[in-house]
Amino acid sequence: MLTRRKVLQTAGTVALLGSVAPARVAFGAAPTENRLAIVILRGGLDGLPAEPPYADPRHRPLRPSIAVPSPGQEDGALDLNGTFGLHPARAPLRKRYGQKQLLIVQAATTGYAQRSHFDGQNVLENGTNIPYGAQDGWLNRALLRLNDGDRRLGLSVGHSVPLVMRGDARVQTWAPTNLPQADDDFLTRLAYVYEGDSMLSDALREARQSQDIASGMMDRGAATRGPRGQYKILSEAAGRLLASPDGPRIAVFEAGGWDTHFGQIFRLRQQLGELAAGLMTFKENLGPAWDKTAVIVLSEFGRTAAENGSRGTDHGVGGIALLLGGAVAGGRFIGDWPGLSERALYEGRDVQPTTDYRVLLKAMLRDRMGLDEAFIEDVVFPASRSVPAANGLFRSA
Amino acid sequence: MTTSDAFIAANRFGLGSRPGELAEIASDPRGWITGQISIVNAVPPELRNFPSSAEIITGINAARSKGPEYLRSMMGQGYRKTLFPEIVARTQAHIRTAQPFRERMVLFWANHFTVSVTKRIIGPTIGAYEREAIRPHVFGRFEDMLLATAHHPTMLSYLDNNISFGPNSRVGKRRGRGLNENLAREILELHTLGVNGGYTQSDVTEFAKILTGWTHGGTRSKQSLRRLGPIHGRFEYREIFHEPGPKTLLGKRFTENGEQEGVDALKELARHPATAKFIAEKLARHFIADDPPTAAVKALEAAFRQSGGHLGTVSRTLIGLDAVWSEPLAKVKTPYELVVSTLRAVAFDDISQRAFLGAFREMGQRPFSAPSPAGWPDRAKDWMSPESLMRRVEWLRAISARLPRSLNPDRIAEQTIGPVISARTEEMIAAAPSGEEALALLFASPEFQRR
Repeated sequence: MLTRRKVLQTAGTVALLGSVAPARVAFGAAPTENRLAIVILRGGLDGLPAEPPYADPRHRPLRPSIAVPSPGQEDGALDLNGTFGLHPARAPLRKRYGQKQLLIVQAATTGYAQRSHFDGQNVLENGTNIPYGAQDGWLNRALLRLNDGDRRLGLSVGHSVPLVMRGDARVQTWAPTNLPQADDDFLTRLAYVYEGDSMLSDALREARQSQDIASGMMDRGAATRGPRGQYKILSEAAGRLLASPDGPRIAVFEAGGWDTHFGQIFRLRQQLGELAAGLMTFKENLGPAWDKTAVIVLSEFGRTAAENGSRGTDHGVGGIALLLGGAVAGGRFIGDWPGLSERALYEGRDVQPTTDYRVLLKAMLRDRMGLDEAFIEDVVFPASRSVPAANGLFRSA
Repeated sequence: MTTSDAFIAANRFGLGSRPGELAEIASDPRGWITGQISIVNAVPPELRNFPSSAEIITGINAARSKGPEYLRSMMGQGYRKTLFPEIVARTQAHIRTAQPFRERMVLFWANHFTVSVTKRIIGPTIGAYEREAIRPHVFGRFEDMLLATAHHPTMLSYLDNNISFGPNSRVGKRRGRGLNENLAREILELHTLGVNGGYTQSDVTEFAKILTGWTHGGTRSKQSLRRLGPIHGRFEYREIFHEPGPKTLLGKRFTENGEQEGVDALKELARHPATAKFIAEKLARHFIADDPPTAAVKALEAAFRQSGGHLGTVSRTLIGLDAVWSEPLAKVKTPYELVVSTLRAVAFDDISQRAFLGAFREMGQRPFSAPSPAGWPDRAKDWMSPESLMRRVEWLRAISARLPRSLNPDRIAEQTIGPVISARTEEMIAAAPSGEEALALLFASPEFQRR
């Protein structure tokens, strides 16, 4: 082994260290001022309590102990259109609906028609119609075209990067921490140790650059202080970073706790309330950029139409999607509502899916990010011509 | 070659080498591992004084029957006095143990049969679950572990089987309650056959019916108190929850047979060829590479089937595979493995509960809190995002500043990654401006981040 003394005498090492000081990140002009956020709710969000179809005659009989009561009753739904309502815990979203910034897509799901969380999430994120059909995520593939030089348009908030954002395109990452920052000299030495190990050197370089970009926009410990709740980092970090003129443009955020097999009333009241509050804080942090923003809220699937034996619901295919933001042409429901009659249910148990998420996602990329349809069809969502992008989801940009 | 084998034994099969351990292993790496295969259920001394799940569950449910404020206080106590201290004690046991292969297998199987604090009520019992349902079977029969986990009150609560009712059972009819298919689905998808194992929605529903009545004695109505006696925290089969009549699972008919139906069904699942394949893939992924070679998977699958799922035999087959010994740095350590191996390297475990829990949280892997029933992921790309690498580096930099100044970085490097150290890493450790930075560079190095 080399001794410390011997190496310190080697002038070459020192010179080399000097030459690998971190390059400051150059900012290119953003190709767009529009913002997107994709919120993935893991576990299978139950669409029925989220937007209760209170006028459907089968709604209460299917869910005798957990149906959200009709508008006007205690803890009743907030009426939206005389047929569907909004869960009372989502009250902050009602105003957005009134201002035509909330669009609700009933009976929506991925193209995956089974009931495994993990395969369902994989399909939602890989963008093919097959579990493990691609190693990277559809959003990352879109970023391959959207990123402009060093400018990173994608932002992943949280400790791990969700599959939807993984792949060859470089993305900005951010997670809150209370650990002391490692000093630059140490990181520079470490970068030198990592040369030759592409996984570690890439990750370290990305992390240092992300840290550089975020410094000045975000405080490291932000979102770890104050009231707890997993939507805090979405609302604060994603909102502030997206708002920044030099910042990213498309944020991804994931949150768990939606697998409501039991005691669903209490859990959804809490979860839906926190999500609604998080989305509103996100809006506040975005400031004027909200007008150019579209948020989409998705989950890997929905749940059974009927309640199960534990005042909850089991995994079911048809779910829901929400589009929210100043750029959304909202204040309405879209998608065919198949109803809850026994014949209408998928395999006799789940809400029949009628809208494939990809029609929404493709429209977002085309209308808000300006991606051309051929690229979307060939690369982002391959083999998806049978589910063409929806029209008219957004206000004209 | 021999020393590379010692490195693999210590890191891939073990939990990282303690001072002197590499030298000890070097004479017979395979023998060092196989010597730890024993069906004796050895609970490390650090974990012996923690309460059983029956005690904990009885306490929680006794408090529940007194009122919500009692329950809240008992749960708080369960976390403070049992869960958190047990996480620390278990980590310390892993830092100190001389049987790290056995402990790695405990971690592997506890992750396979995941339960998690994401279901708050079970938090205090998770350590007990691992001691009671996992530990005794890691070198025994897979079937026994499957039966033990599926019977365990912690699993029954985690996946809601304690609140699943046959629609035609007495309780189902009287109270209009029905199935909860959570446990049935996850046993098929995650514990036995795997998602492509050839089952359908109808199998999930039928299996859920088979498992109705499998609950624990922690809750009682007033009437049942008289009939069943006082509450307790052990498994209990309740006929009045059980769906009567025949059921069909994977084409096989199960005639009405109460609790035994579930036992028979689990035994069928344990013996099913899809289970052998699923387990073989998972083991190969953990011990060989994120995308393991087919031949190795096939060998493990054959060993599993031929031995009737005897995990000691499967472990011996694993140790005998050439693929296991060919690439010393194929796998990335999880944050938990990184913390344990770092502290093993310096034989240091004088860390407060707060600091341990904080480190795990910062790096995204607090024990007993996997985000879903699938457990923690086992591929590099799930752990090496830029943010998570930075958290590792920052923690390693901070902990290195807290270690005794008497440590000699060159010597620790030699005793941990010595057999595989690159010239670059060696040079940079030697060139570090201080001892603590030398240690931090060592622990952050590619050779130390991998196993």
